[in-house]
Amino acid sequence: MTEKRRLVVIGNGMAGARTVEEILARGGDFDITMFGDEPYGNYNRIMLSNVLAGVEDESGIFLNDLSWYADNGITLHAGTRIERIDRASKTVYAADGSATAYDKLIIATGSRAFVPPIPGLHRPGRGYHQGVFAFRTLDDTRAMIRYAREHTRAVVIGGGLLGLEAARGLQNHLPHVTLVHGTGHLMNTQLNEVAGRTLQRTVEQRLGIEVLVGATTTEILGKHAVAGVKLADGRVVPCDVVVVAAGIRANAEVAAASGLTVERGIVVDDQMLAAPDVYAVGECAQHRGEVYGLVAPLWEQARVLADRLTGAAPDAAYRGSKVSTKLKVAGVDVASMGLTAPAEGDESVTFAEPARGIYKNVIVRDGRLVGATLVGDVAKAAYLIQAFERGLDLPAERASLLFDLGGESAEVSPAEMPDDTQVCNCNGVAKSAICGAVAGGCRTVGGVIDRTRAGKGCGTCKPLVASLVSWAAGGALDEDPAASYYVPGVPLPKPALMASIRRLSLRSVSAVFDALGGEEDARSKMGLASLLKMMWGDEYVDERDARFINDRVHANIQRDGTFSVVPRMTGGVTTPAQLKRIAEVAERHDVPMVKLTGGQRIDLLGVPKEKLPDIWAELDMPSGYAYAKSFRTVKTCVGSDFCRFGVGDSTALGIALEERYQGIEGPGKMKLAVTGCPRNCAEAYVKDLGVVAIDGGKWEIYVGGAAGAHVRKGDLLATVDSADEVIVLAGRFLQYYRENGNWLERTYAFVPRIGIDRVKAIVVDDADGIAAALDAAMDASVAAYRDPWKENGVTPGQFRTALPLTVLPQVPVRA
Amino acid sequence: MTFPSPIQASGAGRTYLGSIHDIPPGEGRAYAVDGESVAVFRLRDGSVRALSAVCPHRGGPLADGQIDRKQVVCPLHLNAWDLTTGCSLSGQPDLTTYPVRLDGDQIVLGE
Repeated sequence: MTEKRRLVVIGNGMAGARTVEEILARGGDFDITMFGDEPYGNYNRIMLSNVLAGVEDESGIFLNDLSWYADNGITLHAGTRIERIDRASKTVYAADGSATAYDKLIIATGSRAFVPPIPGLHRPGRGYHQGVFAFRTLDDTRAMIRYAREHTRAVVIGGGLLGLEAARGLQNHLPHVTLVHGTGHLMNTQLNEVAGRTLQRTVEQRLGIEVLVGATTTEILGKHAVAGVKLADGRVVPCDVVVVAAGIRANAEVAAASGLTVERGIVVDDQMLAAPDVYAVGECAQHRGEVYGLVAPLWEQARVLADRLTGAAPDAAYRGSKVSTKLKVAGVDVASMGLTAPAEGDESVTFAEPARGIYKNVIVRDGRLVGATLVGDVAKAAYLIQAFERGLDLPAERASLLFDLGGESAEVSPAEMPDDTQVCNCNGVAKSAICGAVAGGCRTVGGVIDRTRAGKGCGTCKPLVASLVSWAAGGALDEDPAASYYVPGVPLPKPALMASIRRLSLRSVSAVFDALGGEEDARSKMGLASLLKMMWGDEYVDERDARFINDRVHANIQRDGTFSVVPRMTGGVTTPAQLKRIAEVAERHDVPMVKLTGGQRIDLLGVPKEKLPDIWAELDMPSGYAYAKSFRTVKTCVGSDFCRFGVGDSTALGIALEERYQGIEGPGKMKLAVTGCPRNCAEAYVKDLGVVAIDGGKWEIYVGGAAGAHVRKGDLLATVDSADEVIVLAGRFLQYYRENGNWLERTYAFVPRIGIDRVKAIVVDDADGIAAALDAAMDASVAAYRDPWKENGVTPGQFRTALPLTVLPQVPVRA
Repeated sequence: MTFPSPIQASGAGRTYLGSIHDIPPGEGRAYAVDGESVAVFRLRDGSVRALSAVCPHRGGPLADGQIDRKQVVCPLHLNAWDLTTGCSLSGQPDLTTYPVRLDGDQIVLGE
């Protein structure tokens, strides 16, 4: 029988015990001996603040009581300090003179309170002065509580995390607490100055803790017991309790004395190895120059070490932790990760509302989150921590990193989302299906979308799908070059595609496939048709098979294979004669449903394809284009003619816009509105382009708004003096969008992607000198416009039914 | 509701559906054959394919779908099928395929 290997662990704190737990969980077969300095089992040091604050009982903070050691055959020497490691003989020597041999040794001695050399803190030969406490161990905490209850004024030295917690906790035991902090602002390791100030105000005003920053303590006063602290500027703060919370230092003296390399901690490599058969984990270890004082890195280290020692994963390596914290500091929510200040070239987005004690800052470098600070409102913390740790793609609209904006759901933390959450509401795809596709080998967002069909409906969930894929792949995401293609079947982004089309004079969709794509692709045809028509106008060679069915028959296909007919009704203004005609046509053809649309028009629903030409002829109205990726409608209010409040003739301007830009194709739908006053009855703030009359004969133009699956208020593009200027700028903006928007990218995504300032510079200020070209291109498109309802039978069987013999579920006729 | 003039069936399980010029290049048209709905597609390479005309997902009219050399995409929810094998490319039931060829400019369904 071979003897078990002997594993000795110096340190019975969170790191030591956790490592042993991980080893046991992997079935590690060791003869384990643990040495603990404190005479207890293993407790959660983080919870000492709660014990001090009185919200947690001592018994509630123990992680492993003494029976756990017995049950797992672990020999525990609690209250026994190791003084020396003899690496040559592989033996550790304790203060009581005992010697214990090891095959493997883990040092997990943690850290201790750092006590600065302040005169008066100690009494010669007798430890701390009467009334002075460190805040590190359960014994410290017990003694502090006992003493504080019989006294009235406490000074906490140190305004870091621990100091704040101590100050807050002490308030439960005595009436006056002053926090004295040496540097300029609280929590200076984790927070920048503004965030620290925000926290300070809350701590002072809401909690009633007095805070002195930039205040170095030079002396502890008092003959027999503490009577006050003296600061460098000569001020004296009277008190009868002093708590030192000035940071921690690694317990590495024994390791250093035993010949291990010690800098700020015991230096270890990626295996957590400090010397042959000697390992170190937790706060006493220094890995790649970092000594971690938080619990998350400790868990990672424990896992790697257990993997190594048990052979469960002999190649396991610890590569350092990206440290983030989200906690309640003295009752105030604080989250912090990464950098606290931007470097040259970084993006830094800040929101500060000092009156409510709220401060938020994110720092972005090369499109990745490299730092974030939240004080007072940590609603976004879970998402930001994910983005930070995993290097997720960030939303273009950086404000959504700080706030939950309407509509967009990309900021839901992938980790926190339950597995059965439906992600794609159009196609009913759950988080689990997306993660399953990733687990099944899909390593690109596009691949997962193809596999699961998530994001293939209205498309609004695509950012969320992308973040789930990124999360599920744990950063091992393949670069998806197709993500930048204008259409999937031609491997070029839009600018390069347009340049090639021009250079090679490609005037039809099949010519583009032949010259650039290699292979015809059904899913790319519609986008290419739209682009070519925009680029070539009258010279475009219109191959009808490149069109989606809606564009082939100028109507919107419905769930039962019938179509909807929406005649143009400019500005939503109609006449009794027009209404009569529509009514007669609808009656004559038994149109199953007549409905008012959101764009202020009338929709005839349930029309069979073969009846479309007759109905158009009888209506004798132009197409409303309610079926294409094109300029749709201009919604208007009654403006100044009738409305008591109207300050501009919104109706006339809406009609003029619609008559000019009707039917213009683009990368996505273009829905407009003109409203006669800021009451916004026509909902102009949430349109692709919305115009608002303001007093003084002026018009505001908003772009990039949306009120569909995505809700966004438009950005102000310009304020102009006349309707004519509105018409010109609207056309120029729409042309810029047509030329630069990605296929199916609505303006609500396009405008934030380009940035409203850049859009303004180009469209309003002509910074790039392309305004005239944009205007000319739009003029050409407007001139090339033909009402499609006037064409009849361009291709054979164009309006022949494609409905099967079996009668499909039909939209019921409403009486 | 009117349907396209159904097809004159001929003997030996073979049906003449009419001229290929009834179908524009790259498009499809639906035909009713022996109580079945058949979508016939004229590919841009000149060849033809015939499949069941009904999308098994929600009954969409596949003859109104867009095609390339390999697949047809249903206009309602963008599911796709292989034009030659009828196999679904998006997790739906497969489609029945029918043998189809050109006899001069006439479309012939059946062996």
